[in-house]
Amino acid sequence: MSTTIEDTEPEALDKVIIRFAGDSGDGMQLAGNRFTDASAAFGNDLATFPSFPAEIRAPAGTLPGVSSFQVQIADFDILTAGDEPDVLVAMNPAALKSNLADLRPMGTIVINTEAFEERNLAKAGYTENPLTDGSLNAYKVIEVPMESLTKEAVKDTGVSGRDVLRSKNMFALGLMAWLYSRPLEPTVDWINAKFGRKPEVAEANIATLKAGYNFGFTTEATKNSAVTVKPAKLPPGEYTTISGNLSLAWGLIAGAKAANLPLFYGSYPITPASDILHELSRHKNFGVRTFQAEDEIAAISASIGAAFGGHLAVTGTSGPGLALKSEALSLAMMTELPLIVINVQRGGPSTGLPTKPEQSDLLFAMYGRHGESPLPIVAASSPSDAYESAIEAVRIALKYMTPVILLSDNSVATGSEPWRLPERDSLPDFRVTFATKPNSPDGEFMPYVRDPLTFARQWAVPGTPGLEHRIGGLEKEEVSGNVSYNSDNHQLMTDTRAWKVANIANDITPVAVDDPDGASTLVLGWGSTLPVIKAAVRRVRNEGHPIAHAHLRHLNPFPANLGEVLKSYDNVLIPELNTGQLIRLIRAEYLVDAVGLNKVSALPFKVTEIEAKLLEMI
Amino acid sequence: MTTIEYTRGDFQSDQEVRWCPGCGDYTILASVQKFMAASGIRKENAVFVSGIGCAARFPYYMATYGMHSIHGRAPAVATGLATARPDLSVWVVGGDGDMMSIGGNHLIHALRRNVNLKILMFNNQIYGLTKGQYSPTSEVGKTTKSSPMGSIDYPFNPMSLALGAEATFVARTLDMDPKHTGEMLEAAYAHKGSAFVEIYQNCNVFNDKAFIALTSKDDRDSNRIYLEHGKPIRFGQDMEKAVVMHNGEATIVDAAAVDETAILIHDQTNMSMAFALSRLSHSPTGPTPLGIFRSVDERGTYDDGVNAQLAKAKSTKGDGNIDDLIRSLGTWTVG
Repeated sequence: MSTTIEDTEPEALDKVIIRFAGDSGDGMQLAGNRFTDASAAFGNDLATFPSFPAEIRAPAGTLPGVSSFQVQIADFDILTAGDEPDVLVAMNPAALKSNLADLRPMGTIVINTEAFEERNLAKAGYTENPLTDGSLNAYKVIEVPMESLTKEAVKDTGVSGRDVLRSKNMFALGLMAWLYSRPLEPTVDWINAKFGRKPEVAEANIATLKAGYNFGFTTEATKNSAVTVKPAKLPPGEYTTISGNLSLAWGLIAGAKAANLPLFYGSYPITPASDILHELSRHKNFGVRTFQAEDEIAAISASIGAAFGGHLAVTGTSGPGLALKSEALSLAMMTELPLIVINVQRGGPSTGLPTKPEQSDLLFAMYGRHGESPLPIVAASSPSDAYESAIEAVRIALKYMTPVILLSDNSVATGSEPWRLPERDSLPDFRVTFATKPNSPDGEFMPYVRDPLTFARQWAVPGTPGLEHRIGGLEKEEVSGNVSYNSDNHQLMTDTRAWKVANIANDITPVAVDDPDGASTLVLGWGSTLPVIKAAVRRVRNEGHPIAHAHLRHLNPFPANLGEVLKSYDNVLIPELNTGQLIRLIRAEYLVDAVGLNKVSALPFKVTEIEAKLLEMI
Repeated sequence: MTTIEYTRGDFQSDQEVRWCPGCGDYTILASVQKFMAASGIRKENAVFVSGIGCAARFPYYMATYGMHSIHGRAPAVATGLATARPDLSVWVVGGDGDMMSIGGNHLIHALRRNVNLKILMFNNQIYGLTKGQYSPTSEVGKTTKSSPMGSIDYPFNPMSLALGAEATFVARTLDMDPKHTGEMLEAAYAHKGSAFVEIYQNCNVFNDKAFIALTSKDDRDSNRIYLEHGKPIRFGQDMEKAVVMHNGEATIVDAAAVDETAILIHDQTNMSMAFALSRLSHSPTGPTPLGIFRSVDERGTYDDGVNAQLAKAKSTKGDGNIDDLIRSLGTWTVG
């Protein structure tokens, strides 16, 4: 081409997948997040997949220390962060080695060449330098001496020592901004806001960002590569970019508002749920009390105390923490107090893979308690859906006076996507009324008098004169709530508690089936597999095959129409990031011969994996 | 608010009390009901929270709000309740196994946070409800069902433990001394923050006479060391014994053998003195201090701290608006 860069129209792509990879100290999550925000501001649809080690700082330069952030941006409504990156930014040999296999054939690699020296190559297990041994010949490689260019860019800003190279992630970001025609302004504004108190650091970061951008602009190696991804045609509305832990926290605040109750959140720090605690602790002006407990058991116990006191009580954790909460959860079930228990699932068992996605706690949520102890289960299926799911969990807990388990997972919690915001003033109103008067003929308050429709008992909070009563873990006599060892009473109370939960099936949205072409195969999912299943379904349909898709938000009880839906298809596929948990529940409940697609490899499904299975089935 | 005149009967629930005949818990229940009636606490504002164990049946017998929770967790349940509802008077009742074994963690954290809880630990030095195993306060060598050759577990000193956990109010009393029990309950209630009261309680079925040195007519006056703030620590049939500091430790001496000025004047605000006094007896088989070891009010309570932050956040940021919150990261509009 003979045109100069100034008059080159960027080539338009419909989508591009970029993965930033480097050492966990290299600021890759930050670079990825900034790129995401700039793309959101530009109007692209997007989805992200951050991946980082469980260690805060694994040894520098090693394979376990690699941190990456993948983002897909598109001019249409994409659903996932994508299977194979088009572009890999590799800040060191370890990042190249651990991510290269995912890159698409002929993909682009941006390499920080100065990190490819003997020591780093050895730490990553390279015996030959991949930059010179020809192993990257099948890719388009952009070599950038990022460290010396960063040093040069910041030399007049006054930063020194370790701060100098700290901004090299901004060089990578600037270069990617140029390559994909992203505006720099959102990032510059963000830097100024973030480092307002350290102007020299702000200046260094901005200088490096611009240096990266200008490097792309001026070098021969990349000048014909500038492409853009045009804004997506998303449904009209007001959007923000949201991650699941944040939207879940906001959903709890919204739920408390809808119920007109103060929110109490008891939690013990645990990955990947801690951000919910962090976020809620920032919003005390909403009447939110956060309690960082001494352990998981205290976190739920204190929440039960707050629930007894009339607060919307919530406790949040991840798998190992749910195990510790199990006994107290049965107490909440027995005392029939409203409580939300959040489980942000991660790879298990035991400490397992704390920063990796898995859906392997469904059966634990369903059955992980002693005695007959059924509880409603609600699962969030995407970062934005976590908001609505939290509100739904609150609604059920309060209306039915029961603990509710709200399942999220690492993909929902740490991934982000554009969220079409609900209209202003559209919050539902399910405000709670506490008991104020005795409910028995002799003027006493009987804690186990039930609502005839919901079977919920009344919520009488301490401080209400005349309604003094005692609750507890011993079996209670129906109506009076006195301790009872009577055998018929235990049968009745056990059955009643089960009926109460089962009956919720009549009060939840029937499962909707997306089946425009009258398919004979249904793919049924739950939780964070929603985007990837949707993408796979779209591909299969584009190839001319009808396929139906349904996704469950309510895992217990199931929607009332689910059995009928399942029986109207010849084949049912259930993809899950576990060894087959929903499928067991479905088979047991409906005697449907569903087929599982299961994976527990610390990664989300690829679209192609589900697509291939569906093509095999139809 | 109108004052209501209560009698002890107003705090008795309609449930039959089912402790073993002769159990020390009956006396304590009566002391607590009597105190509540006189305290001025409105019945609807009192909540008794317990864990599991004989003592933990307590809430069922009080005509107040109450929760019989799970083993060891009562201090945590009560922490949540008191934090959510600082307007309530929240009491925690449990035994030595409940509070110091399975629930030890919650007890020490409630104490260090200074949550506004009144914690009554009925110490009978045995597991009663599970029919007689040694507890974390049983003496070494104790023969029980689970220690046929004698217990090799060294016991906690509950006073030292509570002080070590930074408790702001630490006291000890005795089931057989209802007057003193009443005084300790009153002082605990008046204290702003966590109040830990150990109540020696006789289990006449599984550990009878564990406190005989403090209760028998013959020995009790020689062994009860009543601590009173600002007063010299003397005890004995004729006040012939005294406590002095010797080589940094509280030591019992014949009062006549020391100068009057050497006798320790009890100062309940002095942590070092409180700790020294807690070491005077490790088990109640000889002279044992009873009364308030420590009471300080310089630390704010946890629940007040939480609620002050809420008030501050509201006054600086205004009441939260959910529609603004979900737009707080910046938005864009698709037309």
